Amino acid sequence: MDKRSLNFGQGFVHLVLVLICLAWILPTLGLLVSSFRPAHLVSNSGWWTVFLTPFDLTQYTLQNYQDVLTKTGIGKAFLNSVFITVPATILPIFIGSLAAFAFAQMRFPLKEGIFLLLIGLLVVPIQMTMIPILRLYNQLGLAGTFTGIWLAHTGYGLPFAIYLMRNFFASLPSDLFEAAYIDGAGPIKAFFLLALPMSVPALASLAIFQFLWVWNDLLVALIYLGGTQDVAPLTVALSSLVGSYGQNWHVLTAAAFVTMIVPLVVFFALQRYFVRGILAGSVKG
Amino acid sequence: MKRERLWAGLFLGPAVFLIAGYLVYPAFVTIYLSFFDRNSTEFVGLDNYVRIFTNNAMLTALKNNLLWLVTFPVLTVGLGLLLAVLTDRVRYESVAKSIIFLPMAISFAGAGVIWRFMYTYRPVGDPQIGLLNQIRVALGAEPVAWLLERPWNNFALIAVGVWMWTGFCMVVISAAYKGIPRELVEAARVDGATEWQVFRHVSLPQLLPTLGVVMTTMIINCLKIFDIVYVMTNGNYGTEVIANRMYKEMFQFRQYGRASALAVVLFLAILPFIILSVRRHLREERSTNG
Repeated sequence: MDKRSLNFGQGFVHLVLVLICLAWILPTLGLLVSSFRPAHLVSNSGWWTVFLTPFDLTQYTLQNYQDVLTKTGIGKAFLNSVFITVPATILPIFIGSLAAFAFAQMRFPLKEGIFLLLIGLLVVPIQMTMIPILRLYNQLGLAGTFTGIWLAHTGYGLPFAIYLMRNFFASLPSDLFEAAYIDGAGPIKAFFLLALPMSVPALASLAIFQFLWVWNDLLVALIYLGGTQDVAPLTVALSSLVGSYGQNWHVLTAAAFVTMIVPLVVFFALQRYFVRGILAGSVKG
Repeated sequence: MKRERLWAGLFLGPAVFLIAGYLVYPAFVTIYLSFFDRNSTEFVGLDNYVRIFTNNAMLTALKNNLLWLVTFPVLTVGLGLLLAVLTDRVRYESVAKSIIFLPMAISFAGAGVIWRFMYTYRPVGDPQIGLLNQIRVALGAEPVAWLLERPWNNFALIAVGVWMWTGFCMVVISAAYKGIPRELVEAARVDGATEWQVFRHVSLPQLLPTLGVVMTTMIINCLKIFDIVYVMTNGNYGTEVIANRMYKEMFQFRQYGRASALAVVLFLAILPFIILSVRRHLREERSTNG
């Protein structure tokens, strides 16, 4: 290929990539910029107009965030999200790792069959389970409680957690465990002192995955927490704001950014592990 | 041996209990409930299913899911493939990838607000505050109420889905693309193949298994799609999909029989892909063990 056509090709690559990247970043940028603009400006001029005078600091304000955090219940919802997400991340990872260790290291009847069932369960829609569980929750008084949603996220997250951790445990050198057993270590020691410490990268991937999954979940929270505002996480609070604040974009954009800040920090700080998790199990129910 | 089984039972116990309680048992109950009336007291045979395939609102939901099915997976996988190949050829690869991948980290609820803002409509003459209508006006066209115009509003929602999931496809395909042995590509280039021929006859065949996996994941995703529609339009203006219809039957109409039947229809639509992924796992196990 001669040099000119190569350059033309490379120029085209840059053009297409830059256009796609712009299309991908502009929606989020618009949200971010608008969340710092006062109400009258947001509703009367496009957010891109700030770039005409980007250093005119009078066109920015923190008022939207102050309002959102104190008046709309988003502040409370943020705490609820943290309170829901932390146990709903730790529980399935711990319980799932235990089971994964059994699948990778122990012999028991029907092992292959149970694991195949698990693979199938990875993609079963949770809609198939909502009505019976909600009814049971209503009887047991678990609907609208944190305990109820912790357990639900644990149940739904387990197949993926077991799948991912089993594949990782299976890749650990088996001599190591045999040596430990010969030295008199039991399965509990082997699990806590050998398997878990060696699996930190896999555990990190899984933790990020489950964390983002729960933090960003809307459906499970809507179903099992109902409309109760006391326990509503950010996603539920935000979508009810969309209903009540429809066109008040200065409030909505700030509220949306509050819901996104934690995932964005996690994403930028731990992108490597996130990508690894996706590659390790590109199926998730 | 007996001791080992005991230990296995202890390690598996909590997981088996929760999975049975939250996934397996309720799924069977849902199938059972789908043959009963709204309060699950009276057996109604196939009535709920007949309604799904005859009632207008239900048919709209089915049709929209079908529209998602024929557009969303092709668009996300196609764009993901394009980006995987193109980003491999530039120095700012990691920046470009981060930008495309970023929407994966945020919630559908957040994305819903972002895109409702993008689609905001103001009448002709008023200053537009939504970027898409501003672009239309700048090009001399009239602003459009993107989320109201049937049936095009469905594409407005699908675009949001594509924006969120293309990064996932790109990351997975890119990893496979980088795994293709360099010698294969170089050999073809030395033989005088054009870049397109190299891609078409060398890279693409190597990528096919990965594209299959990603495509399956996207198909399952769009069959289950709920959040985007819930936040953007709540299924109004002819944009409802099965999962949103089910939510409404459950919470607004308290029609538990119909809601269960909708869940079963969703499950049956996904079933072939469940079988596919189980079979793929069996094949992989066999190839790594033998």
